[in-house]
Amino acid sequence: MTKEMTKIKKGGGFLVEESAPEDIFTPEDLTEEQTMIRDMTEQFVEDEVLPQVEKIEHKQWDVTVHLLRRCGELGLLGIEVPEKYGGENLDKVSAMIVAEKLARVASFAVSYGGHSGIGTLPIVYFGKEEHKRKYLPQLCKAEKISAYALSEAGSGSDALAAKANAVRSTDGAHWVINGEKMWITNAAFADMFVTFAQVDGKQFSCFIVEKDYPGVSTGAEENKMGLKGSSTRTLVLENATIPIDNVVGQIGKGHHVAFNILNIGRAKLGAGAVGGAKTALNDAIQYSKQRIAFGKPIASFGAIKQKLAEIAIRIWVAEGMVYRTAGLMDQSLESADVDNTAQVLKAIEEYAVECSILKVFCSEVLDFVVDEAVQVYGGYGYSAEYSVERYYRDSRVNRIFEGTNEINRLLITGMLLKRATAGHLPLYETARRVVDEVMSSSLAAEPSGPFGAELAAIVQAKKALLFTAGSAVQKFADAIRDEQEVLMHLSNIVMEIYAMDTAIQRLRKNKLADPHTDVARTYINDAMSRIDFAARQVLASVAEGDMLRTQLAALRRLLRWLPVNTVRTRQRIADFLVESNRYAL
Amino acid sequence: MKIISCMKPVPDPASRLIINETKTWIKDQDLTFVASEADNYALEEGLRLKEKHGGEVIVLSMGGEEAARVLRSGLAMGADRAIHLLDPKFKGADEFAAAATLAKAIEKDGGADLVLAGVQSDDLGTGMTGTMMAEFLGWVHATVVVGVEAAAGGKSLKARRELEGGINETVELPAPAVLTIQFGINQPRYASLKGIMAAKKKNFKVWTAADLGLADDAVGKAGAMYEVKEILIPEKKSKVEILGGTAEEATAALVEKLRKEAKVI
Ligand SMILES: Cc1cc2nc3c(=O)[nH]c(=O)nc-3n(C[C@H](O)[C@H](O)[C@H](O)COP(=O)(O)OP(=O)(O)OC[C@H]3O[C@@H](n4cnc5c(N)ncnc54)[C@H](O)[C@@H]3O)c2cc1C
Repeated sequence: MTKEMTKIKKGGGFLVEESAPEDIFTPEDLTEEQTMIRDMTEQFVEDEVLPQVEKIEHKQWDVTVHLLRRCGELGLLGIEVPEKYGGENLDKVSAMIVAEKLARVASFAVSYGGHSGIGTLPIVYFGKEEHKRKYLPQLCKAEKISAYALSEAGSGSDALAAKANAVRSTDGAHWVINGEKMWITNAAFADMFVTFAQVDGKQFSCFIVEKDYPGVSTGAEENKMGLKGSSTRTLVLENATIPIDNVVGQIGKGHHVAFNILNIGRAKLGAGAVGGAKTALNDAIQYSKQRIAFGKPIASFGAIKQKLAEIAIRIWVAEGMVYRTAGLMDQSLESADVDNTAQVLKAIEEYAVECSILKVFCSEVLDFVVDEAVQVYGGYGYSAEYSVERYYRDSRVNRIFEGTNEINRLLITGMLLKRATAGHLPLYETARRVVDEVMSSSLAAEPSGPFGAELAAIVQAKKALLFTAGSAVQKFADAIRDEQEVLMHLSNIVMEIYAMDTAIQRLRKNKLADPHTDVARTYINDAMSRIDFAARQVLASVAEGDMLRTQLAALRRLLRWLPVNTVRTRQRIADFLVESNRYAL
Repeated sequence: MKIISCMKPVPDPASRLIINETKTWIKDQDLTFVASEADNYALEEGLRLKEKHGGEVIVLSMGGEEAARVLRSGLAMGADRAIHLLDPKFKGADEFAAAATLAKAIEKDGGADLVLAGVQSDDLGTGMTGTMMAEFLGWVHATVVVGVEAAAGGKSLKARRELEGGINETVELPAPAVLTIQFGINQPRYASLKGIMAAKKKNFKVWTAADLGLADDAVGKAGAMYEVKEILIPEKKSKVEILGGTAEEATAALVEKLRKEAKVI
C-alpha cells in the first residue's frame, strides 16, 4: 500500500469526486512480497498445474485434489483466513494476484475458488469459534475440501427462494434437511458443503454439511460446455442429519452469509478473468507470428493487429480496475480489526458496487478476448488440439455464475441509488447541479495540460451519467427499480467511467509513456461513443419531442470529443505486442 | 551444520537485453534481477542438508539493491539469515575480485562447514567464482556437483561430481569445503506465502569493503584481473548446402559433415 493513500474513499465515490493519481492503487504499486507471491504462483502453475491439464480436463479428480493440497503447502488456500486458524491473513491485492495467476487453467482455478473462496469464507466470516477451530486449519491445507451449495434447480439468481427445508429432530440434537442443490462446484471430491435451507420452511439459514453425515449424497456429473475439469454435481439431502450446532451465522440470516461472500468472490472473478485473458492473448500473439498466409505472418495484417491491440487494451484497463478496487478494500480493511468480522465485512461491502463492476466488466472482457483469440487462430481455433478452444468454452460461464451479469448490472445502479438515498453518496445533489448546469448550456473550459482532453472527457462523462440518471429518476421516481433496461444502460455508463478514470489515473500515477498512452487514449476514445449510445437510449426512454431534442443537444455538448486516430494507435500497440511476444504492457 | 549459500543477481532471463553505450555491458538500470538459476539449486541443496542435519543456512550476495532483493527471495525460500555485501566500490568486480570479497565475508561471519555456489552464473557463465573462493579461504572444493551427502554432523562430505561423457565420480571432502552445484541436482522449492511474509523479519546484515577490512584496490573494478573491452552480439549466419550425388553418396557426405564439421554425432 502506498503511503500517500490516506483518505478512505467512499464506494462509488469515483462518480462524484475527481480522482487523483495518488489515490488509486495500480498494478505498478505491488510490494516486493506481492511480486514474490505473483512469481511463485505463476511458477507453480507453469511447473505443476499446466503439465496436468489433460488429466484435469478428463476429470481425474485425484490430480485436482493433489494440486489443491500443493496449494495448501504453499499457503495459497489461507490468504483470507486469520493466522490463528492456520491462514496467512494477507491483503486483498495478494488474493487478486493469486486468482489472476491461477486462472491459466480455468477448471483448476474454479476448483480452487470453490474451495478457498466460497467454500471457506462463510466459516471465516460467520462461523462459530468451534467451527473455525475445527474446519479452517484443515481447509487451509486441503485436508478437507469444501464446496458451496446455494443454487437449486428452481432457484439460481433468486437464491433466497430455495426449497431445501430444515427441521429440528424430535430430540433437538440435529437438523434434518431435505432438498437438492444444483450446480455444486467440487461436489465430486468435497468433504463438506456450506449449504442453505429454510428452517421450518421459512427462515433461510446456512449450514455446514459433511459428506459423511447420514442422508448426504451427490448426483451425476453435469455435462458442461466448458470447465470440464471442474466437478459440478447436485447435492442430495435426503433426511440428512446434521448436528444442531452446524448453523453458520444466525437462523433466518442465511442471506447475510450468501450475499457478503459474493462481494469478494466477484472481485476475484474479475482478477481471474484478467489472468485468463492474458493467457489467451499470449497464445494469440505467438500464433499470429508463426502462421503464414499470403506469404506473410498474419501478425502483419491490419485486421489481426487490430484484434491483438484491442484485446490488450481491454486487459490493461480491466487489470487496472481489479487492482484499484483491491487497493480500496485493503485501505479500508487497514482500520478494521481482523477478529471483528462485522468490521471486516463492512470494509469490503463498502465497495460492493466496484465488485459488481469488476464481475461484469472483466467477464465480458474475457469473453471478447477468447472470441477474438479463436478468430486469430482461424480454423485451428475451432479444434480441440489448440488451447484457445478450451479458453473459449471455459470463459462463458463467468457471465453466469457469482450472480449473472444481468443481476450484477441491476445491482450496480440499484446499490448506487440506495447509497444515494441513504445519504452515503451525494448523487442526488450533484445530479441536480449538473442538470441545471447542463441545461443552461454553459460550455466546459478548453482542456489543457497532459491528457487534458481525456481528463476533461471523464469529467464530462460523469456529468452525462448524472444528467441522464437524473432525468430517469425524475421521470420514474421509485418505479425506476422496474425499469431494468434503463438501469442496465446506466450501469454500462458507470462501468465505462470507472474504466476510463482508472486508465488515465494509472497512466498519470506511474508516468507511463507509449504504448500505454496509446492504450488509455484508444480506450477512452471508444468508451466515449459507448457512453453516448447508452445515454441516448436512456434519454429517449424518458423524454420525447422538444424536451428530448433539448436534452440530446445538452448531451452532445457534454460528450463533445475529437476522435483519436485509433487506426494508428492500435497498429503501434500491436507492433509492441508482437515485438514483446507477449502481453508486456 | 553451518551452510553459506552464495547468490548472484542476474537479469531475469525473460528480459530484453540491450548493449550499453560504451559497449562494455548491457543496460541494466530498468531490468528485473533474479537469482542466477544454479544458485537456486545450491540453496535448495543447502536447505535440504539443514533439514537433515540441523544448523543454519545463510545466504550471501554482493551487489546493489538487486542483490538485496535476491537475498530476500532466498530468505523466503527458507534461509535463516542474509549477508549483503553493499558498497559502490564493489562495482565492476570480475570473478577474482568477487571471490576475494565473498571469502572475506565468510571469514568475517566466522567461517562455515560448507559453502555452496552455483556451478556457473546465468550472465557470465565462466564457473570460476566458487573455485577461486575456495582458494582464498584455503579450503577444499569440488565442482559440478550432482549429489551431496554429509556425515559426522557435517564434518565430512561426500560429493558426486559430473564428468564428461555421462560419468560421475564420488569424492570425499573434509569440512570446511566449497561445492559448486550443477543445474538439476534437485527441484528447488517455491517460497511459500508464509516464507515470503517471514523474509522481511529475518536477520539481514549489510557489510561494506571497510567492514570486511578490504583495501580499495582489492575490490570491484580496481581488484579485478581482467576488464571487458567490448561485448557484442554474435553474427547470425545461416548457410544452406545441397549435397549432390546419389542418395548413398549424399548420405555418406552428410554423416561425414555431421561428424567432422558440426560435431553432433
Ligand atoms: C459451472 C457452474 C458452476 C456453478 N457453481 C455453483 C456453486 O458452486 N454453488 C452454487 O450455489 N451455485 C453454483 N452455480 C450456479 C450459478 O450460481 C447459477 O447458475 C446462477 O446464479 C444463475 O442461476 P440460474 O442458473 O438459476 O439462472 P436464472 O436465475 O434462471 O437466470 C436465467 C436468466 O434470467 C436472468 N434473470 C434472472 N432473474 C432476473 C431478474 N430478477 N432480473 C433480470 N434478469 C434476471 C438471468 O440473468 C439469466 O440471464 C454454478 C453454475 C455453473 C454453470
